[in-house]
Amino acid sequence: MSLNESLDTARDKLLARAAPGRTEFEDLVVVPLFAVVVALVLGALTMLATGVDMPTIGRSYVALLEGSVGSVNAISETLTAAIPLVFAGLGLALGFRTGLFNIGAEGQLLMGGLAAVIFGFTFSGLPFVLLMPLSLLAGALMGAFYAGIAGYLRAATGAHEVISTIMLNLISYRLLDYMLSLEWVQREGRSDPVSRSVPENAELPRLLEWLDPNLRVHAGVFVMLLAVWVVYWLLFRSKLGFEFRASGANPDAARYAGMRASLIIVLAMCIAGALAGLGGANQVLGVLGRATPGFSAGLGFDAIAVALLGRSHPVGVLFAGLLFGALEAGGRQMQVDAGVSIDLIGIIQALIIVFIAAPLLVRAIFPWGFRRVEKGGS
Amino acid sequence: MAIAEPQTPHRATVDLGSQRRTRITGAILLGLALFVVLVFGDAPGDATFRLSRPRDAWVLPNLVVPAQPFIYIAAALVAFLGARQFLRGGGRWTTLSLGIGLGLFVMAFLVWATADKAFSLTGMLQATMVRAVPIALGGLAATMCERVAVVNIAVEGILLAGAFTGALMGSVIGGWGGLIAAVAVGGLFGFTLAALVVTYRMDQIIAGVVINLFVLGLTSYVSSQVFAEMRHLNNAPVFRSWKIPILGDIPVIGPMLFNQNIFVYGALMMVAISTYYLFHTASGLRARAVGEHPRAADTLGIDVYWTRYVHVTIGGMIAGFGGAWFTLGTVGRFDENMTGGRGFIGLAAMIFGRWHPVGALMAALVFGFTDSLQQKLALLQTPIPSEFLAMAPYIATIIVVAGLIGRARPPAADGKPYVKE
Repeated sequence: MSLNESLDTARDKLLARAAPGRTEFEDLVVVPLFAVVVALVLGALTMLATGVDMPTIGRSYVALLEGSVGSVNAISETLTAAIPLVFAGLGLALGFRTGLFNIGAEGQLLMGGLAAVIFGFTFSGLPFVLLMPLSLLAGALMGAFYAGIAGYLRAATGAHEVISTIMLNLISYRLLDYMLSLEWVQREGRSDPVSRSVPENAELPRLLEWLDPNLRVHAGVFVMLLAVWVVYWLLFRSKLGFEFRASGANPDAARYAGMRASLIIVLAMCIAGALAGLGGANQVLGVLGRATPGFSAGLGFDAIAVALLGRSHPVGVLFAGLLFGALEAGGRQMQVDAGVSIDLIGIIQALIIVFIAAPLLVRAIFPWGFRRVEKGGS
Repeated sequence: MAIAEPQTPHRATVDLGSQRRTRITGAILLGLALFVVLVFGDAPGDATFRLSRPRDAWVLPNLVVPAQPFIYIAAALVAFLGARQFLRGGGRWTTLSLGIGLGLFVMAFLVWATADKAFSLTGMLQATMVRAVPIALGGLAATMCERVAVVNIAVEGILLAGAFTGALMGSVIGGWGGLIAAVAVGGLFGFTLAALVVTYRMDQIIAGVVINLFVLGLTSYVSSQVFAEMRHLNNAPVFRSWKIPILGDIPVIGPMLFNQNIFVYGALMMVAISTYYLFHTASGLRARAVGEHPRAADTLGIDVYWTRYVHVTIGGMIAGFGGAWFTLGTVGRFDENMTGGRGFIGLAAMIFGRWHPVGALMAALVFGFTDSLQQKLALLQTPIPSEFLAMAPYIATIIVVAGLIGRARPPAADGKPYVKE
């Protein structure tokens, strides 16, 4: 960082201290709000460009809203979709804070989910109070191990984690396909790659079954909230978390301060992997009930966006995860009601992140929404 | 890629690291040797490699290798290299030994798989070249960007955008039109990336991830919303291979290099041109200066922002051309997410290739080789599950990145935004 840049940031910080309310308000409310609105408008333009007529566009956005927050069922779906995203997003956020760009949440999630399923049906004789937590733990450990490979390689040989985690993702797909064809994993009497089912006493119980058996939201919500709190505590209240953040902010300074860089890298990757693995375990134990090829369905990549959107802060990740969960649930409704492909949601998500991650861009588009800052302010 | 490359402050740390790397390389090689003996050791009979097709102008005789002796010799050589690394390795030998060792391993594997059977080596080399094209172009695009210190994770998305545009515009206005449109769209996304990271100073990785997400969303959306109903919009003509007279008749090399479609020729030419440009022209030198020390370049009167815009846009155009290969060079039809991580492998190729166009091409050939190997081996019916063969290129990437990376150095300012005084 050059002198000029540090002066720039120093001035910004002074400004922020001088007028905290306004700047924080702009950062936390105005920018995301603009981002969502602009993304929706651009999404509508995309639909228009592909020959969808105006009434259908209107109907699809109504469906998007209804499907995400319009009913008890919609909220249940939103929460269900948010759970794995928040878990994996927390792991990635922790990595970002440590200066590790872990793209491997997808593979860690997949391996974690697979481990949870296998543990579940192998020890199906155990009682619920043991089997369910232990299955979750199996998922977390497997995720930690899988991410640990990339962490170890980075620490020991300097192999960049972006490349190694991408490769591990690709390997995990094949490994899953292979495992699903093994006799002791594949469901009896099936020729297609489907694992045995998770036994009932390993499943995460559904919370609202008494209201309507179709409500899918499950006890993973509580585990998720616990994880948010734990990661918050770990990052901002513990010594280890301080070391993580110090290594992320300035690796050289951290090393001169006597922090063990290699150990920190491996630990951060393992914790990130454990969280992603927990996300996968939650998904199979709470929603899917079994493992199929590619059951992660890109959750690990969406989680990157969630972590970025949440500014790598646990609470931010929680809200970003809920937003993405809502878009996912609403998108499904949109596809059913208006016949607009759910892939539109991907476009909207990407646009939201662009505007959140480039505040200068939002300011350039909507100069009137912000207090005038001299050139270059952020 | 230098997102958070740790700067090693002490010479001692550097030596320790390289020593450990040497040990790891040695251990890997010894492990490979053991694997070769234990798994491949019982190969029966001879392995026959076909070098020519019956209708070729000059026909070479088949290459016949006695399987078991070859495998034991290969294992012995790999073990020797490994032991040498382990005992007193270091220096430049680490990389070379790993390369030779992996090469021998692949040869032993091929001989074992073809023992008592016949296998067309020429066909596989031709497929290698074809499959290397998108990876090489992705790596070249990333090289162009990183030489001016812009990390381009978006290569994956730009490849996908090129593939999509190639299919759509190719169906509407024909193959050449589709190709030009794909290059233009690639350039557009390159320009967008440059705008986001240079002008709006967005984090380069985030900008790349966002472009990937956006392109994936947009192309998947259009393909399920529009292509599903209007098939004629997704039915582009394919560029056939075009044989260069005389050169195309050379055995083995001819089919590999001189009997291909324009994407192969284009990729080879672009690698040659960009090597000349980057390392032998004044503007190439300026571009590299921007990548190494933008402040100094600025002081000398080089417009840093302009240089970055131009090179990232050119990088995007190269990736757009590479993306068109997926549709106009193969099947003429676009499928959701059809690039399947090739762009990321291109980034890995750039790192193997040490931020050099020729290096990126060579690394891409290695990937193309493992990719086509996996396909051809399915025909030979080896007892190894096909999933593990499919994993091989990725595992090889990890091994090579772990073994090589410490010796490659990215452009010094890579990944850092530049703020003009």
